[in-house]
Amino acid sequence: MVAEPNAVPDQRPWQPSEKALARTVYRARRRRRSFLVALASTVVVAGLAWWVLVSSPGWERTREAFFDPARFVEMLPALAGGLWLNLRVWVIAGLVSLVLGLLLAIARTTTAPALFPLRAAVVVFVDVFRGVPVLLVLLLVGFGLPALRLSWLPVQAAFLGTLALVLTYSAYLAEIFRAGIEAVHPAQVAAARALGLTRAQTTRRIVVPQAVRNVVPALLNIVVALQKDSGLISILGAVDAIRVAQISVTGDYNFTPYVAAGFLFLVVSIPLTRAVDAYNARRGWRGTRGVGGAIR
Amino acid sequence: MTAELTSGSPLAPLLALRGVRKSFGEHLVLGGVDLEVAEHSCVVLIGASGSGKSTLLRAVDLLEDIDDGSIQLRGVDIADPWVDADAVRARLGMVFQAYNLFAHLRVLDNLTLAQRLVHKQGKDEAEAAAIEMLARVGLADKATAYPDQLSGGQAQRAAIARALVNEPELLLLDEVTSALDPELVGEVLDLLVGLREEGMTMLVATHEMGFARRVADQVCFLDGGRVLEAGTPEQVLEDPQQPRTREFLARLQV
Ligand SMILES: Nc1ncnc2c1ncn2[C@@H]1O[C@H](COP(=O)(O)OP(=O)(O)OP(=O)(O)O)[C@@H](O)[C@H]1O
Ligand SMILES: [Mg+2]
Repeated sequence: MVAEPNAVPDQRPWQPSEKALARTVYRARRRRRSFLVALASTVVVAGLAWWVLVSSPGWERTREAFFDPARFVEMLPALAGGLWLNLRVWVIAGLVSLVLGLLLAIARTTTAPALFPLRAAVVVFVDVFRGVPVLLVLLLVGFGLPALRLSWLPVQAAFLGTLALVLTYSAYLAEIFRAGIEAVHPAQVAAARALGLTRAQTTRRIVVPQAVRNVVPALLNIVVALQKDSGLISILGAVDAIRVAQISVTGDYNFTPYVAAGFLFLVVSIPLTRAVDAYNARRGWRGTRGVGGAIR
Repeated sequence: MTAELTSGSPLAPLLALRGVRKSFGEHLVLGGVDLEVAEHSCVVLIGASGSGKSTLLRAVDLLEDIDDGSIQLRGVDIADPWVDADAVRARLGMVFQAYNLFAHLRVLDNLTLAQRLVHKQGKDEAEAAAIEMLARVGLADKATAYPDQLSGGQAQRAAIARALVNEPELLLLDEVTSALDPELVGEVLDLLVGLREEGMTMLVATHEMGFARRVADQVCFLDGGRVLEAGTPEQVLEDPQQPRTREFLARLQV
């Protein structure tokens, strides 16, 4: 029953045994098979989708109206100019919303009695701006605020559009941050307070960093959604990619510029999503939810 | 493969590790471990923190892929990737260092979960078995409690009950007492001593030398990624042959 104690540790460099090599070969073969299955099913599904599309009765006319290659190429420079506005709006609204959302979420977790009005205001703000459709917020801010004739308030469409997006998105983000904060294990707070950290220090140094890591995927989701919604400012007359396309379409009723604009949005958002995925995967600690490694 | 998996060879030890090797990146944790656990015996792993005890147990439960070597369960090498890992794990019971009860389930539901999902038992049958097992570990009155309403010792006993209710062929225990205060340690160890007397086969990682003395048939000292010394508790704990073992035990005395 008793195994012999192992002798002195073996100092020779490790050579995988036959057994280990066989396992490696088997795993590689499994991976290859999985890849082939994935490829085959993709080809079948894509082929079917393509067939449904081209065999539809209106396909010829649709192709001329929506997929005119010459128009596509011709419109790209102007659309890219419009997209530049979308990107600026997106970055600014995104950064401001992230900061504001986090502050709102933290404000909501305070407990001091004197801060009750603050908490109440946050609740009302979040409920209102999360509950009202973005389009409506845009229209109200875009046309309502200028009507007040406040001399200090810029009235450019791009500014007002950004402001409206910030209102809506900071409300969304505040709720996500709050969920992240509530998911931090109470023992973490206890441990920090036991070390003598104050409430505020605990929030800033322990709770918020963990909360943020917990919700990175959800935040990313919202930030990508904001990139698309930056196109909504076109309804206020801001000349972004969508507006450029719209102006062109009104001229000749060829819808290719819309498709081209959609293409440009994808060119930005898809690499962005992949980059953040890669960043998250490289980061050692994936938040309390991260389960390291797939278990066979 | 599957037929072989369930039958295996009757003469082989229940569990046999041969040259098990595992590294995390550059860091070699297990450098060729040999170890056997005979049926109805209890093997205790000791060793410094970071010596790879948990890694070894996780490898046996197929929660960790090994780089080389074999892990034979009744003569079948379960480290081979073509073996059905879920079927293997269903035959083993594992209890972790931090008890890992499912926080959103009542104690009773923690016990019946695998019975119903994995072992395909009916609800009534599973609950009857669970209640019996809870009584056995002295938690009959806690069936409807949630894990955070239990003391540390109770939670750990519930975790052990959760493993036992599936009638494992081999019970893997990873420092099940290290998070407990001495009074609760006694409570959990008594339970394990009882299991040992009933003939449960166990592979246990522990820092609790008293437990090793009471229940171990064999004590293995893990050091430098190897089993440096193995033998009966008397041999290894009272009369260690290797200087490293003596050093390790001496440090525990103080
Ligand atoms: N997922 C992982 N990634 C990288 N290194 C790891 C991982 N898991 C364990 N290790 C390393 O492997 C070594 C052995 O860890 P292991 O948990 O097996 O030790 P242990 O003997 O159980 O220690 P303890 O007595 O403290 O529980 C440690 O040096 C640890 O840092
Ligand atoms: Mg351990």
